[in-house]
Amino acid sequence: MTDTASKRADNLSRRGLIIPVLAVVMLAAILICLCVGKYSISPADCMRILFGKIVSAEPSWDAMDEKMLIGVRLPRTMAAVIVGAALALSGAVYQGIFKNPLVSPDFLGVSSGACVGAAIAILMSMSSGFVQICAFLGGIIAVFLTVFIPRLMRSDSNIMLVLAGIIVGGAMSSILGFIKYIADPETELAAITYWQLGSFAYVDNKAVLGILPLTIIAAAVLLVMSWWINILSLGEQEARTLGANVPLLRGICIVCSTVLTAGAVCISGTIGWVGLVVPHFGRMMAGSDNRVLLPASCLIGGIFMLLVDTVTRIIGPAEMPVSILTGLIGAPFFAWLLYRQRRTIR
Amino acid sequence: MMQPVYEVNNITFRYPGYKAKVLDGASLTLGKGEILCILGPNGAGKTTLLNCMAGLLRPESGEILLCGRDIRSMKEKEIATLAGYVPQLHTPAFDYSVLDFVLMGMAPKTGMLSRPGADDERKCIELLEQMGLAGLADKSYLDISGGERQQLLIARALVHEPEVVLFDEPTAHLDYGNQHRILRMIKKMAASGYSVIITTHNPDHALLLGDKAAVVSKGGTIVQGDSSEIVTEDLLSKVYDIDIRIRYIEELGRTACLVPGL
Repeated sequence: MTDTASKRADNLSRRGLIIPVLAVVMLAAILICLCVGKYSISPADCMRILFGKIVSAEPSWDAMDEKMLIGVRLPRTMAAVIVGAALALSGAVYQGIFKNPLVSPDFLGVSSGACVGAAIAILMSMSSGFVQICAFLGGIIAVFLTVFIPRLMRSDSNIMLVLAGIIVGGAMSSILGFIKYIADPETELAAITYWQLGSFAYVDNKAVLGILPLTIIAAAVLLVMSWWINILSLGEQEARTLGANVPLLRGICIVCSTVLTAGAVCISGTIGWVGLVVPHFGRMMAGSDNRVLLPASCLIGGIFMLLVDTVTRIIGPAEMPVSILTGLIGAPFFAWLLYRQRRTIR
Repeated sequence: MMQPVYEVNNITFRYPGYKAKVLDGASLTLGKGEILCILGPNGAGKTTLLNCMAGLLRPESGEILLCGRDIRSMKEKEIATLAGYVPQLHTPAFDYSVLDFVLMGMAPKTGMLSRPGADDERKCIELLEQMGLAGLADKSYLDISGGERQQLLIARALVHEPEVVLFDEPTAHLDYGNQHRILRMIKKMAASGYSVIITTHNPDHALLLGDKAAVVSKGGTIVQGDSSEIVTEDLLSKVYDIDIRIRYIEELGRTACLVPGL
């Protein structure tokens, strides 16, 4: 092998090294988030309980600690990791396949559709489980409508899809507005608004485990196909000249990303900014190659969400909705990222 | 006689929603190792013809045979394996490294649930070395010059070793020096066995490449032949609707295509 080739190999492994580094950071973040809070558990106790549970050892720890850790904090931490990773991954995929770095996972109408679904369920005073199911279906239906509009116009172009997303998103927010207008302001309106701003406060094990299999499958498919997202990011025509079956590849990507986003939304409500900002941050750390970017975005999204959720748990007397904080962090952070990348964005 | 690489038989094409035919009974053939230079005025359908041949557009009638097979019966992947496509110079949305960019040329040989391996990567580096571009491998595709980008687009089309390479105006957006460096490269490619089709706005390129030429006229028909027969004062003056002279220039030892003045 030549000099350049071996130098290149070094370079690749250095870039690939970011994944294990991020994985370690994530494990550390999980441990911290499990321990920190208004009821704090020492890291040593935390580890002891977790390992003890795995090997089903005799409990040698405080029963209250266990209840707090296993019953409350563990599902919440897992939910934050899953939601952060899912939103960041689908954001990165959407940005790649629509070759537009300013696209976020909800631009085909997933989030607005999910909001409408959840709001209808809240209005009909359904249980929280049904609210989640309705949110998931609402998101899927909205994207289905978005994808259907260009079909109706016999167009296969990305621009048409983006415009269809604006149409559906606009219609959905009007419907949501109407629902909020007729909702009982004391209870239902408050629930809808809280849901719209996103929170992990009411996460339970059942919701997380219910959505986990679909989420894992969708994420795995996207990670396996990551290199083809590079090809799709060249544009429809160029991708076809490289032998890509564009409608099929793009269809699979949209289905998987939609499932990820809708799944995330039904766990936590809508959370803004993560899917837009994290992939950019990922590109800065790991480069644009989706083979590295997609796993890196997953990990960064999970870490970011964990930290944000922990902060919302700690500060203030009552828990703050997550979107408030992601927006407050995300907006200036995005401005800084754009400043850093101003050369490559045109 | 050897089987032609491309055979376009009497194709008709119009864009959806338009009445006028862009191509109307267009035919041409390309033999192995030949360079075919497609000329024609703006809007005559040079790129449309090229895109039909690449399988990107589907003609209304007529047939296109690629290595003897009707492209309507071929999958994208099969077409791409035989025919490499070099698009016009553009700026991608993301800053891939030069090597990652060239590696995308391996797509026709890569499965949908797969990705290129170390062997493919080595192949790309070898090709970059042959082309004298190995120094760029780790640079960002957005950081290099237009001439270098055009060469990398060519590298990407060549890396999976197709039979024929289609160039959509490879000299557009390039300075005078780079235009001719690309032409030199195309000539070298043909000498090493590739068949080449390029579209160009400059009839002199057909004379410089000195093999075959085809002229797409406004009515959507094609005249094809040796470039010395096709690139003539009569035909070009008529097609471009301007006075054009073809002269043998002694000092250069070649025929050149020029306009007498404005």
